[in-house]
Amino acid sequence: MAQALLEMRGITKTFPGVKALDNVNLTVEEGEIHAIVGENGAGKSTLMNVLSGVYPYGSYEGEIFFDGQECRFMNIKDSEHLGIVIIHQELALVPYLSIGENMFLGNEQLGFGGINWDLTYQNAEKHMREVGLNESARTLIKDIGVGKQQLVEIAKALAKNVRLLILDEPTSSLNDEDSLNLLNLLKKFREERGITSIMISHKLNEIAYVADKITILRDGSTIETLDNRGEGVSEPRIIRGMVGREMVDRFPARVPDIGEKALEIAHWTVYHPLYTERKVVDDVSISVRRGEVVGIAGLIGAGRTELCQSVFGRVYGTRISGTIKKDGQEIELNSAADAIARGFAYITEDRKGDGLVLTNSISHNITLSRLELVSQRGVIDKDREQQAAEDYREKLSIRTPDVEQFVGNLSGGNQQKVLVGKWMFAQPDIMMLDEPTRGVDVGAKYEIYSIINRLVGEGKAVLMISSELPELLGMCDRIYVMVEGRIVGELPRAEASQEIIMDMIMQASKGAQTTWAS
Amino acid sequence: MGKLKTSFSKNLKQFVMLIALVVIIVFFQLLTRGTLLKPMNVFNLINQNAYVVVLAAGMLVCILTGGNIDLSVGSVVAFVGACAGTFMITWKWDPYLSTLLCLMIGIVIGAWHGFWIAYVRIPAFIVTLSGQLIFRGLTLIVLKGLTLSPFPRAFMNLSTGAIGNFLGFLDPGLGLRNFTSLVIGLVLAAVVIAIQLKKRADRKRKGYSYEGLAATLVRAVVIAAAITYFFWILAHYTGAPVVLITVGIVLMVYSYLTSKTVMGRHLYAVGGNEKAARLSGVKTDKIKFLAYVNMSFLAAVAGLIFSARLQSSSPQAGIGFELDAIGACFIGGASAYGGIGTVGGTLIGALIMGVLNNGMSIMGISIDVQQVVKGLVLLAAVAFDVISKQKISLPFLQRLMSRRR
Repeated sequence: MAQALLEMRGITKTFPGVKALDNVNLTVEEGEIHAIVGENGAGKSTLMNVLSGVYPYGSYEGEIFFDGQECRFMNIKDSEHLGIVIIHQELALVPYLSIGENMFLGNEQLGFGGINWDLTYQNAEKHMREVGLNESARTLIKDIGVGKQQLVEIAKALAKNVRLLILDEPTSSLNDEDSLNLLNLLKKFREERGITSIMISHKLNEIAYVADKITILRDGSTIETLDNRGEGVSEPRIIRGMVGREMVDRFPARVPDIGEKALEIAHWTVYHPLYTERKVVDDVSISVRRGEVVGIAGLIGAGRTELCQSVFGRVYGTRISGTIKKDGQEIELNSAADAIARGFAYITEDRKGDGLVLTNSISHNITLSRLELVSQRGVIDKDREQQAAEDYREKLSIRTPDVEQFVGNLSGGNQQKVLVGKWMFAQPDIMMLDEPTRGVDVGAKYEIYSIINRLVGEGKAVLMISSELPELLGMCDRIYVMVEGRIVGELPRAEASQEIIMDMIMQASKGAQTTWAS
Repeated sequence: MGKLKTSFSKNLKQFVMLIALVVIIVFFQLLTRGTLLKPMNVFNLINQNAYVVVLAAGMLVCILTGGNIDLSVGSVVAFVGACAGTFMITWKWDPYLSTLLCLMIGIVIGAWHGFWIAYVRIPAFIVTLSGQLIFRGLTLIVLKGLTLSPFPRAFMNLSTGAIGNFLGFLDPGLGLRNFTSLVIGLVLAAVVIAIQLKKRADRKRKGYSYEGLAATLVRAVVIAAAITYFFWILAHYTGAPVVLITVGIVLMVYSYLTSKTVMGRHLYAVGGNEKAARLSGVKTDKIKFLAYVNMSFLAAVAGLIFSARLQSSSPQAGIGFELDAIGACFIGGASAYGGIGTVGGTLIGALIMGVLNNGMSIMGISIDVQQVVKGLVLLAAVAFDVISKQKISLPFLQRLMSRRR
């Protein structure tokens, strides 16, 4: 039995209003590849941020032992000093610097009177060969593909004398070949150099292929740790661990009253605005009826947000093709203003980034998208505006002393209600909700679900994106499953379950790579 | 109660700046042994700073759209002045037609800047830096490096001198040089009191929270008294400067535009969160374009005011004006990231700069020291704003404290 390299005991981390980690325990033995799985929001990334010192000692409860020594990391430097290196999902490379410069960024190879570039590039190339990169270390990062960039990150970790390598969704942006290459590299490091790895992934087939142990996180707690050596663990077994939670009255009841088709999108294809060769939405055809809540399930990056934003006045994407019909009539939406005028609303997933103007008051935010409803000939009637804002504050029970408060001063749940109120004020017929309950506590979630039910009760059509499957299952009349830009399945409420949806996602994302599951 | 608190904290910065302005005025009034508020000096102070207020109103609009500044305004002032000189002095065109043409030239220049900034998406800093060079160069070309003067009387009357004492016959014997000025002051004071009372009555009628009658009256009377005193001082000299009319109109139009109209609301939204504004159907490009058209239009207005005051078109006119305007906005509480700022605050900022300049000049402090003082005041005003927002959470302090545990 190998010795425990890392032990995390009783880790609890709370953010204002949310318990992200609740008494989590994790033991990783020397020389193993340890996978951590769980749904979005289960606390995987938070746990890794605690381990690497992104959240400093004192901001969480619990203990971390590395090599038998208790550790109190204040920042990433402290953990890297011991050989713990984290590679984030979003690669942290500077595109206009060379591979060598990137590898020793913050760890420069100093010589007499400055950086010793010969030494830098020599060392860089040594580590690059170890990960199978044959480029010159002077090549700029922007000139190599994502797969190779991922390898540069690993080479960078090697240059820091890594003992524990943490990879957060390392293959999420890689193609099959690059993914396999990366996983084999991890195996090679384990065999040849005894490097221990922790890998966070959604791709169960990859985990089955590479992991020695699998720890399942759910709702901020460790559920179980499975041993994948010998027999191996079946995918359904992992899925059950990931999603197996009870659902008792987390969703308000609604009697569906479904009418005519309100929205029909046909053969909708969208390309990435910068990488114009990359298809982000691929021939999607969906429909939503009046009084119906339709969900889109899928992993982060499946193209769901891009679908909604491209429908909403082509705010996202280039080379968009396909048709939109509203109430049976084909329409063209060329700007957000067009879409709003045609009765569309899009409630963004990122309320701070592109939903609300935090430095403006609640009333200014609520009326922003349809100022013409409270103004005459371009002049705002402040009384009517105030009245409207008060109206929504009451309807949505937004907790605030008054509607002149800056939105930035409100809690997450109340901000979300302002965002919903803003789009209700616009009086749309079709509402697209993108992660409507992200970062919102349980009580506020219930209130938002009730609002959604009220909206469809009024005959509006709701299209809802959520990464929380229970939420989709609890709220939707129908669920589409989206994987890598395509709709791979459609399930009525009665037939849908978390296992079926997860299975659909896994089957579809596996695609051609089924062959290499050993 | 909560309402009061919000409106207080929202206006805190402006309130502090107003107090700072009063303190600075009293300070220089004492140091200059009363010269600062002598009628002639107040008259000059207004004429010296009229163009800064006009430019600052335009600059505020640009800054609101996202902290974008316009570096070209000094050169545009000079260029419009050069055009005015050429039209009226060299070519002897009609002064009114020439004024109109100059304003249109301002709009065209603004459209040029706005096009590159809003539609080609070149950073405003670069486009207007280029504009600064282009229009300074064009000024020199138009004027062939020479100064043109004098302007015809009709043009000068538009923005120099005092409003005539046409009501002088009503003077009951107060011994004022310009009794009309006092009448103007009293009328404005009465209007202010009436507006304040009407606002309160409206809120009461519509069932919103409203403050006590005493509070409203006290505020209205204080403002009215300040206005009356101001015009009383001017009445002892030649009277209220004509340029006050232009400045007054600009201030009223822009505070109405920014606070009451859809267009104004869109400005704040674009500056506060451009992505959110676009997703809310705001035509963000158009807003930015118009902000720069407006800026150069006001630069043209300022150019005309300034040429009339100088009585000539000079190739050196307007150098450094952009910095006065930008400084006024930031001292007056505008955010360098956009989305925050008011016309009232900007006026206070411009007055602080103006009084500082004027007071130090009277005291005979040399130009170099004046620059140092102005620089420090700008930094102090913005630092006050930033630190009060962060509640002093400087990262290195935080780290020190967490290490100690």
